[in-house]
Parts: sequence; structure tokens; C-alpha cells
Amino acid sequence: MTVIVGLEVHVQLNTRTKLFCGCSTDYRDDEPNTHVCPVCLGLPGALPRINRTAVEYGLRVAKALDMDVLEESEFARKNYFYPDLPKGFQITQYDRPLAINGTIEIEDDAGREKEVRITRVHLEEDPGRLVHRGGGDRARYSLVDYNRSGIPLLEIVTEPDLRSPQEARRFLVKLRSILEYLGVFDGEREGALRVDANISLEGHDRVEVKNISSYRGVEKALTFEVTRQKNLIRRGVPIVRETRHFQEARGITTSSRGKEEEHDYRYFPEPDLRPLRVADWVAGIELPELPAARKNRFMEQYGISLIHARTLTGDVKVADFYEKVAHVDPLLAATWVADTLLGELNYRSMSIAKVPPDHFADLLSLIKQDVVTDRAAVQILRVMLDRCAAGEAPESPEAIMERLNLGKAAGGEFTAIVRAVIEAHPQAVEDYRSGKKGALNYLVGQVMKETRGRADPRELGRIVTEYIETSEV
Amino acid sequence: MVSETDIEHIARLADIGITPEELAEFTSQFNAILEYFDILDRVQGAETPTPELSNVFREDEVRPSLPQESVLKNAGSTEDGYIKAPRVM
Repeated sequence: MTVIVGLEVHVQLNTRTKLFCGCSTDYRDDEPNTHVCPVCLGLPGALPRINRTAVEYGLRVAKALDMDVLEESEFARKNYFYPDLPKGFQITQYDRPLAINGTIEIEDDAGREKEVRITRVHLEEDPGRLVHRGGGDRARYSLVDYNRSGIPLLEIVTEPDLRSPQEARRFLVKLRSILEYLGVFDGEREGALRVDANISLEGHDRVEVKNISSYRGVEKALTFEVTRQKNLIRRGVPIVRETRHFQEARGITTSSRGKEEEHDYRYFPEPDLRPLRVADWVAGIELPELPAARKNRFMEQYGISLIHARTLTGDVKVADFYEKVAHVDPLLAATWVADTLLGELNYRSMSIAKVPPDHFADLLSLIKQDVVTDRAAVQILRVMLDRCAAGEAPESPEAIMERLNLGKAAGGEFTAIVRAVIEAHPQAVEDYRSGKKGALNYLVGQVMKETRGRADPRELGRIVTEYIETSEV
Repeated sequence: MVSETDIEHIARLADIGITPEELAEFTSQFNAILEYFDILDRVQGAETPTPELSNVFREDEVRPSLPQESVLKNAGSTEDGYIKAPRVM
């Protein structure tokens, strides 16, 4: 049964001020209701004025997605009552959005390139935020914070071109990547992205799932819906066309019966705002290098593999970081950033922005010059990251190496350890001498343990063999 | 012509309660207003000129917001800086 999915993605544009007033958008750590003014509070007589930068950001996205910008677009009022909406209406765009007809390329489930059509993008204001103390189910009242009210949102609507929950997730990852490359969006900010998804199984009615607020959430919500709808169909129960809410914590969707019975928003053109005539701005917009182009350049310029290039260019911050450390050795840097650093960051839920590139480059130099083993380098990296995560002053990799004695073991210290291990394990030595070659691995392992990974295992194998064969122990 | 059913619907959307007497009164008032616009629509040569003004912007510069105590002044009920509202999900 073919799965058909279309998305409506709302992203907060990272302008300094709100869409229609000069209140700061940097509200996340602040007290509730401290970033509001008569305009975003909907006080009588207050007049909205359009933020030029928000329009420019919207156009940047339109150009990057190869869209047609409308000669004239306009804002409209969407009327409904809800406490997160102080005016009793939301200023959005309706029948004349900023731009229409774009595309984003993603990989389908078989790994082939496919185009997802973008129906439209439009600007609108974010509603306020509702807080429910004691958990959503038990709270007896809603608490309203209007700091978010009026933050510029770009709504990006796709055609029903996605064919699986996994594709939907890949689409969002790609979209985020493009938006961050364009410098109009910061996906690390909490609540910066919200998604509504339309999903149906071919030949049946569709269901709208609201309230999805993460990349993983989209895949989870849609996977749940596919199973739920398939089960209903199997039992001969018709799919009801309805709106459902995603309960992130429980990983399920629930019907929001009747709550939105009045889908009568009575849209009309916003009388307080003049139309936009900005189609001719597009030619003057200079787009930065986008993910696909950067991926190809990385392969050509640095000689790295497609897999590494793809991983390194998916996130603009990672790509920038790589380019700052690639001078040490492009291949070594690709491996250590893509295969090691990203995993360690992911484990700590930490942003690459917190890692000092010069220290990471120094660590790469230590590895390249064979001053530390790979294992010791990972240990040094972990200490570096833990310090950054804890907000402590960064320490150079050399300093960490010396402080924790993680430099490659050599000379007298080394021989002493080998001798001590061999003397402590006569049985293993005898086994080796009587032909059980596996015993060597055991002895090497013991030496590795004693040196805490500071020795190169292959080199060690040679030294231990030599020692056993030349000594009388 | 609008009916009493239309007026009930509009009242519900506007979230206001109206009495049966008001319903009858508002229905006739709505119709009187609509008739008036019908007359205007029939006037020849009265096309509305399209205003030329477009692209009215402000720059993306932060302006001071209101102090929290002023913001909360109009709220019926507050808690820890939030405005308290009937529970909605």
C-alpha cells in the first residue's frame, strides 16, 4: 500500500526582531512576557510594520528552492480565538503567498535522487507559547507567554510527494541543511521548527497530524500513523478524515475530535499592511554555496570519499569546522571529524560550535606525527570535549597528553612494561613457544592495558615477539 | 439576504452570546447594511482606485519592549509573569 505524505513546515527565521515590531527575538532564556509591545500584544490602535530582513530571508529561501516569486503578494488575517493569539487573528499570507513552485532534491528509500515539489512558501507571525504546569493532561488552566508572539515564521508547504516516514525525515534534514547554509535559520534553538503532516494510504482518506516539533518526531508520528491506518483498513474500518495530535512523549497520535469544528477562518487582506512587490529583488540575491555544491567541491578539493563529503557538508557548521582543520591532512581530518568527533558530540548532545578548531587541528597534528596512538587521541579528544561541555577553559591537546601521560610509550619505560608482563605470565609465554600463536595477542593485550593504550598494537606485537624469542624467561 | 442561522454562526465565530431578541434585531440590521452596499455596487463608474503604495518596511533593529508589569496590567489573572487563561490544549 503506497504511503502518501505532504508536509507543512514552520521555521522561525533568525532575524533580530519580530515580523511586525521591534521586539527582540532573543527570548529563550528570559522571563515570560518581557519581549512584547503594543503591536505583538495586539493592543487597540497598534500598527504592524513589516521587517525588511524577514522578507529578504524568505526570498533567499525562494531563490534557493528555485521558486517563482509573486509579482505582488500580500498579508491576510486568519481569524480564530485561542489564548496564544492576542489579537484574535494571526497575520499570515493566504491566496497571494511570497513564492510558489519550487523543488528540493532528496534520496528516496532506495538511495535514488528524487525531487520533492514545494507548493509555496509564505511569511506569518508565530503565536505565543502556552505552558501547562503539572503536565498537559492535569493542568487546570493555561499560562500564556507572548515572547514568541510575532516571531517571523516561514511556512514551507510540499506537494504530497513523500512516500515513507523515512523520506519525510530525510526531507526535513535536507531542508534544515539548506536553511542553515542560507543563514536564515538556526535549528539548534528549541522550538525553531514545527511540522504538520498530511498522510494517507493510497485510495483512502487523509489524516492531518499536528504538533510535531522535531526531526525524529516526524518519522515517529508518521510511522505510528501508517501502522494505525493499515490496521484499520485490514479490519475494514474506514479512515476518517480528521486532525490528530502527536503526543511526542508517548510516540502516538490522538484524535482531536470536534475541537476544530469551525474551520471558518474568514481570511481577508490585512488592512493595516501594504502589499509586497519584491519579485525584482531576487536577481540581486547572492546565494552562498549550498550543500550539494559544497559536497562536490570537498571531494574534488580534498580528495575525500563521497560518504565523508556527504557527512561533512550536511551541517554548515560541521563543513566550516572541517575546512578550518583540513590543512593538517585532509583525509585524516575527514576521518576524525566525520567518524570520531561527530559521534562524540552526538553522545554529549553537544554542538560543534563549542569545539575550538585550532585545538582539534593540534590533535590531528599529534596523530599525524605519530606522537599519540589513535586510542590515546580519542581519550584526549574526550577530555577536550568534556571540558568544553562543562564550560571550562579549553586545554591544548599537548597539555592534556602530558598531564595524563598519554604520549606514545617509548624507550626504557616501554621495555620495562614488556618485561614485567612477560615475567608475570609464564604460562602464556610457554603456550606461545609451544606454537599457540593466540597467546601473543593475550600478552600484547596485557601490555596495552599497562600502557593505557599509548602503544601501537602492531609495533607492540613485534617487540613482544622479539623479546620472547631472545630472552630466557 | 442573511438568515438568522447565518447570524448565529457569525456570533459563534466571534465568540459572543446573543439573545433571541438580539438575533432578530441583528439579522435585520445586517440585511439593511448589505442592501446599502448593493446600491453602492450598482453605481456606474465608481471603481475603487488601486493605491500604488507597496513595500512599506522597517529595518531589523531592536526597540525596547514594555516592562513586564505593564504587559500584565490588562490581564485578568496572572501567575509568575504568565497570563492565566482557561485551559486549552
